[in-house]
Amino acid sequence: MEPHYQHLYEILANAQGYIFPNEIDLQWGILIVVYPFITGLVAGAFILASLERVFKVKILKPTYQIALLTALSFLLVATMPLISHLSQPQRAYEIMITPHSSSAMAIFGFVYLWYLMVVLLLEIWFDYRHSMVVWSNEKKGVMKWVYKILTLGVSDISPRTVKWDRKLGYIITVVGIPSAFILHGYVGFIFGSIKANPWWSTPLMPIIFLFSAMVSGISLVMLVYMVISHIRKKVIDVNVLDAIGKYLFFVLILDFTLEGLDQIQRIYEAEESFEIIKLLVSGKLYLTLFVAQGLVGTIIPLITLAFLQFYKHKIKLRKTMYFIVSILVLIGVYSMRWNVVIGGQLFSKSFSGFTSFKVGLIGLDGTLMAAFWLVLPIGILAFLLWLLPPWKMVEEEE
Amino acid sequence: MKLYIPPQLTRLALAFAIFISLFLVLRHFLVPDTFGQYGHYRGASLIDNAQPEIHYAGQQACFECHQDIQDLKAQDVHSEIHCETCHGPGQKHVLSGESSDILKPTGREFCGLCHAMNAAKQKNAVFQVDLKKHNIGKNCIECHNPHQPWEMKK
Amino acid sequence: MSQSTSAMGNEKIKSSRRKFLKSAATLAGATIGYSWLKSSQVLLFAAEPKDESLPWYGIVIDIEKCIGCGSCAKACKKENDVPIEPFFFRTWIEQYTVKNDGSVNIVSPNGGIDGFEQTVPDEDIFKSFFVPKMCNHCSKSPCIQVCPVGATYDSPEGVVLIDEKYCIGCRYCVQACPYGCRFIHPVKKVANKCTLCYHRLKKNLTPACMEVCPTGARMYGNLRDKNSELVKFLKEHTTQVLRPNLNTGAKLYYNALSSEVR
Ligand code: HEC
Ligand code: HEC
Ligand code: HEC
Ligand code: HEC
Repeated sequence: MEPHYQHLYEILANAQGYIFPNEIDLQWGILIVVYPFITGLVAGAFILASLERVFKVKILKPTYQIALLTALSFLLVATMPLISHLSQPQRAYEIMITPHSSSAMAIFGFVYLWYLMVVLLLEIWFDYRHSMVVWSNEKKGVMKWVYKILTLGVSDISPRTVKWDRKLGYIITVVGIPSAFILHGYVGFIFGSIKANPWWSTPLMPIIFLFSAMVSGISLVMLVYMVISHIRKKVIDVNVLDAIGKYLFFVLILDFTLEGLDQIQRIYEAEESFEIIKLLVSGKLYLTLFVAQGLVGTIIPLITLAFLQFYKHKIKLRKTMYFIVSILVLIGVYSMRWNVVIGGQLFSKSFSGFTSFKVGLIGLDGTLMAAFWLVLPIGILAFLLWLLPPWKMVEEEE
Repeated sequence: MKLYIPPQLTRLALAFAIFISLFLVLRHFLVPDTFGQYGHYRGASLIDNAQPEIHYAGQQACFECHQDIQDLKAQDVHSEIHCETCHGPGQKHVLSGESSDILKPTGREFCGLCHAMNAAKQKNAVFQVDLKKHNIGKNCIECHNPHQPWEMKK
Repeated sequence: MSQSTSAMGNEKIKSSRRKFLKSAATLAGATIGYSWLKSSQVLLFAAEPKDESLPWYGIVIDIEKCIGCGSCAKACKKENDVPIEPFFFRTWIEQYTVKNDGSVNIVSPNGGIDGFEQTVPDEDIFKSFFVPKMCNHCSKSPCIQVCPVGATYDSPEGVVLIDEKYCIGCRYCVQACPYGCRFIHPVKKVANKCTLCYHRLKKNLTPACMEVCPTGARMYGNLRDKNSELVKFLKEHTTQVLRPNLNTGAKLYYNALSSEVR
């Protein structure tokens, strides 16, 4: 017997209550958990960068380019988990050539392209063009040409042109903020618009996704900033951490409130799906929802961050706490994606039973694949930081 | 004053124009010919969906060669049941006429599929017997003719 | 001197670039124009023209008549080459048993293909019935709505079909179907579901499940034809669709549907 069938027979034997016969296999596995997680990191990191630029938060300056490059390296990978989970990946291009206008997934292709080409790449390009021109003049051999190509041949660095870089970059940032909101709100919509699934179908879904995206993106930038400074043997500026931490604190409160409201609404309305969702939440999702997402990913970071708003003494301790908080928050947001994506498929649409889910290690839909897509952006980020080192950029006087 | 157009803008406009035209040209060649013929789908897919071979020939096909059984069946309670309900897919047999290409059901379970007691079966929809009581140890067709159930065999 | 040559060179590059651009633009323009002319290839594809001369299929399942023999589910698998494993069904039968204490027991062993063993003793049963399930061929179907590439669609006859050569296997439609009628075909690796035996309809044969139903519990017919058996049945009986709250425009009507059924 095919191993796949073997696996399904095991699940069939473990199903609780009644599920439709076609529901035994989970359609979306761990890759689709990774996909909104990565997109969320992109949107969050970008929004943090925009804060610095649009609202002129000077203190965040050291994280600006880091945030942008982090966003780019994750964005480049964002669609890969989606594509690799398709059972006909070679047909993926069809989404771009015959997009079905009523499908959230089809329009995502264009939202993604817009965000990649018009927002992120352009913003980074405007930001780095001056430096790249200078670098291409300094370097020799291949690198000279790499930078030259990257400037698209626009080598004019007269003050007037450079001023335009800044102006245009600013415009892009302003356009970029709503774009980042749309990008991740849209990912929420992919789930929120499925009326067949009561665990997903809520108008709050895009907003919840957005805020959890910001939470995760901000903590990622905080983490990356700390790690990079550590590797470069530079002092981590605790004031930067405090500033990021403050934003993280406020956004986390908003996120927590929104998700709480969503659940309260659900509990109070207690529609026909309520019984099964109650069982889901108190059973199969107990660990990932209450412990990982709630306690580890939200309550503990909230308390720590609140504490850090007042506690301004031992710098070393504060840094350690920020480090731990950012990791906890990332774990929490990952669990949130898990709870949405996997949780939404564990109960039957007949509302009277559960299937079960076991992640495989290998295979196109396995843990290793998912881990690969999570590690790859870090590699890309390292490459980008080498190619476009923020700390070697040409200083410009405001 | 002469209008100043920053060189970055013209270059980017060019890059985007090239990118978009490339996309449109590619798209032109990649979109299947019949796409959009009737709606947002490949029109030829309607033909594809009508293509597959049938496996169930339909009752009329059987009558052409099994007139006798048609007559038998028409006289009794199983008249509404089509041949392939009991004999399984018959298209292959219709084409070949070989008896090896068609199933001949046997066993008490087979009749029981329809006639076994179950609270969910409406009393007037089908006659039910308790398989654990009704003439145990014997095959149904030893007494009932499957094509004419009330014509009891001896 | 050198400046003037470089200026000349620039001029030359510019003019050749202009030429290239011009021809590239004409090429792209021509293709785009051509694709607009080919009316079917506009960016947003035209809405479906409703052909009144074709039938518009609807389905009736009479729960009172179903005896749970499983013939339909078995025939469906054989007719449509669906693997004989207990996980993939284009149609299947459920047995609902409402007990005297109010709890509901639902079973569907192997989709009902091997028949049903009564699991609840008679004295505990308040009522019990079979519910055959299949694609509802919704007219406002959520699965078509979410398909990103147009690989599933409503045929002019109102049958929801899948384009197996175009499906990318994203499984979004499986998620969107509230009735659990879709699955990924384990061999073809694309979405699969009931086609109302479109290949049989086109050959003037009845769908396999209806061909083999011993009691005539399943019917299909033309909803446009006000004199068809189906429309008559709908007129004379109180029928209901599954999940009316979701407004899927289901065209599968159940007679004697109990409120427990989802
Ligand atoms: C082309 C004529 C033809 C058609 C059409 C036809 N059959 Fe037959 N069938 C035969 C012949 C000839 C035999 C006898 C073969 C023998 O005795 O070896 C037979 C034998 C059978 C048998 C007995 C097999 C056995 O193992 O003894 C069954 C059952 C049967 N047919 C069912 C059907 C059904 C059901 C249909 C309709 C789908 C059908 N036939 C249509 C020609 C036909
Ligand atoms: C209720 C189920 C049922 C239906 C409906 C049915 N058959 Fe049969 N048929 C059987 C069974 C059971 C046997 C095996 C009888 C035996 O082995 O003695 C059989 C045997 C036969 C045979 C073998 C010769 C014989 O008479 O034993 C033929 C031919 C046949 N069927 C043709 C048909 C055709 C043609 C139809 C449709 C008109 C049909 N059957 C409908 C159950 C059915
Ligand atoms: C696919 C379902 C099905 C199978 C298989 C089936 N039957 Fe039937 N049978 C029916 C139906 C339906 C009726 C009632 C027909 C009616 O009321 O019009 C019936 C009626 C009968 C009756 C008449 C009952 C009465 O009180 O009038 C007998 C006897 C019978 N079947 C015997 C058998 C035997 C023996 C077999 C096995 C060879 C068999 N049936 C297989 C569906 C089936
Ligand atoms: C020994 C011969 C014999 C065998 C074997 C046999 N039956 Fe009967 N069956 C009869 C007789 C005689 C009657 C009519 C008297 C009665 O109701 O018991 C009958 C009646 C029936 C009825 C009608 C019951 C009713 O309430 O009207 C059905 C249905 C039936 N049989 C099905 C089956 C099935 C299914 C099997 C196989 C599991 C089977 N029979 C095996 C002899 C037999």
